[in-house]
Amino acid sequence: MISVEQTARYVPDRLKSPAARWVKSWESLLIVVALAIFITNSFASPYFLDPWNLSDASFNFTEKALIAFAMALVIISGEIDLSVAAIIALTSTAMGYAAQAGFDTPMLVAIGLATGLGCGAINGLLVTGLGLPSIVVTIGTMSLFRGTSFIILGDQAFTSYPASFAYFGQGYVWWVFSFELALFVVAAIVYGLLLHKTNFGRAVYAIGNNATAALFSGIRVGRIKFILFLLTGLMAGMASICLTSRLGSTRPSIALGWELEVVTMVVLGGVNILGGSGSIPGVVLAALIMGMVTFGFGLLNVPGIVMSIFIGLLLILVIALPIVYGRLSRRWARSAA
Amino acid sequence: MKILKTLLVTAAISTALMANMAHAENKKIALVVKALGIGFFEAANKGAQEAAKELGDVEIIYTGPTTTTAEGQIEVINALIAQKVDAIAVSANDTDALVPALKKAQDRGIKVISWDSGVAKDGRALHLNPSSSPLIGNMIIKLAADNLPEGGDVAVLSATATSTNQNVWIEEMTKVLPNYKGINVVATVYGDDLADKSYRETQGLIQKYPNLKAIIAPTSVGIVAAAQAVTDAGKIGQINVTGLGLPSEMAAHVKSGASKSFAIWNPIDLGYSAAMLSYDLINGAEAKPGAELKMGRMGTLKLDDNNEGAMADPFIYDASNVEEFAKIF
Repeated sequence: MISVEQTARYVPDRLKSPAARWVKSWESLLIVVALAIFITNSFASPYFLDPWNLSDASFNFTEKALIAFAMALVIISGEIDLSVAAIIALTSTAMGYAAQAGFDTPMLVAIGLATGLGCGAINGLLVTGLGLPSIVVTIGTMSLFRGTSFIILGDQAFTSYPASFAYFGQGYVWWVFSFELALFVVAAIVYGLLLHKTNFGRAVYAIGNNATAALFSGIRVGRIKFILFLLTGLMAGMASICLTSRLGSTRPSIALGWELEVVTMVVLGGVNILGGSGSIPGVVLAALIMGMVTFGFGLLNVPGIVMSIFIGLLLILVIALPIVYGRLSRRWARSAA
Repeated sequence: MKILKTLLVTAAISTALMANMAHAENKKIALVVKALGIGFFEAANKGAQEAAKELGDVEIIYTGPTTTTAEGQIEVINALIAQKVDAIAVSANDTDALVPALKKAQDRGIKVISWDSGVAKDGRALHLNPSSSPLIGNMIIKLAADNLPEGGDVAVLSATATSTNQNVWIEEMTKVLPNYKGINVVATVYGDDLADKSYRETQGLIQKYPNLKAIIAPTSVGIVAAAQAVTDAGKIGQINVTGLGLPSEMAAHVKSGASKSFAIWNPIDLGYSAAMLSYDLINGAEAKPGAELKMGRMGTLKLDDNNEGAMADPFIYDASNVEEFAKIF
């Protein structure tokens, strides 16, 4: 006879109210963190609360956030794209080459977006067509894309961009609101609606939770993943247009290391790195937090390495907090019962 | 508890800042480097701090990104613009990419200079070169000649045949050669900035010219390889290796006697001069072609048509100081 000890299991008799759930959600935690950083920064530096300074600071995150929205969808679907920074480099190189050949701004934008889409299509085909793991594919294409722009440029730079091209990275829509900031807001809304309000978005969650089950429920897993890689490529192309315009030049080392910053932003935003959950508002908040931390520390002339350490700690903290809280609350609940 | 902690931290930070505000009348000069944690730039900061001490009413903000990227430097520059610093002295990671950000800084009344690694003309008031080609050309032959009072044969070990810098320096050296009586340049060979090829070319020189007294290598790779080849051939004391090199790589060869002396720019002087020039501009000095700007103990900087100027002769390193600088770069 095996005696199984029966322990009382806690079964709630009703679901928590929406308000209670919201209070305990990741997004509300991020809002608290963002507010805390904002308030600390305002006290810490007399220069923080200045509309123009904040506007300048927004450039720290807008381009990365554009990619982070698409990346969030890719990660929720259970894949990852590490080639985004390399796509920026290749796209920028393509635009620089075209600019040197005398093409004007509208054509450059078209070339930029097309190159981004093309790179995304290559990733998508390799992942969905050949069924290769996306982490391997995109590490490969990361070297391929950046390597290509190194071959084209070497130690040279493209600098002959038309004057009107500067608008995307240096222009303002209204008062202190830059074009990039406006684009960030629009992209946030579009991706928010796409993920949270459409069938496509539901399918992305379904794939991330269980791709096989999703397939048997009639979701075209391959096609949706392909579209997600296309979108990431497109957003990387868009970010490349903004960044190239802001720098006014192209070098093959452009946006070096951005893929990790984008992934950090997405994970900090509460997207499960294993797929299946996450939200766009979370990513928006994470972008704001990272931007404010970088700028706030910059104002205090804190060395960059301390900044990286802080972001790392923040990442671990916000991921650990809910888990620790969950364990504790379960223990409390048990002891209460 | 948590709130209390947050409040305490906030209070501590604000008090620290209040303390800083007390010196608000100080001129703020930002020394922006390619990346933090590089010995060469830490030494430049030492020089800038020295200048600040000498000037009295200057505060140096030493800053830079974690990795040597233009994007990182732009973030740093934006934060400096927001702090309304008086001047930015930058060693750029990218000649062109920093221009829009630095233009914005200039539009907001901040004086901008570049040093060490320059920025395109639109982005700065002036550029401080550590030295100039004529000065380097003269220095490398002088280093050889100083140890050869009776004259003798010398050979040049360069980088590649197409290296612009080395070719210009050797050309300048040839121009001033008549000033050094008795010195014959017998050959110029190319080690392609590869350690093994430079080593073999040096061996060739030693065999071909038995009366060789000095080898001039105006490249940091070549000078180390040549010193090693001379050591291995047992010619220490007979052939002096000199040229341009890094103290950290050359310290051992200076100690062994394979190289009596060599030259390279002094980062401390460079940081010092950058701070001094920024201070000049803050105080209304104008950077225009032909202008001469004061650099404290380093003399004056004369600007050329591109608003660029050369600081000084390359700094000579020998047994007396190489150990100290080897720790820096």
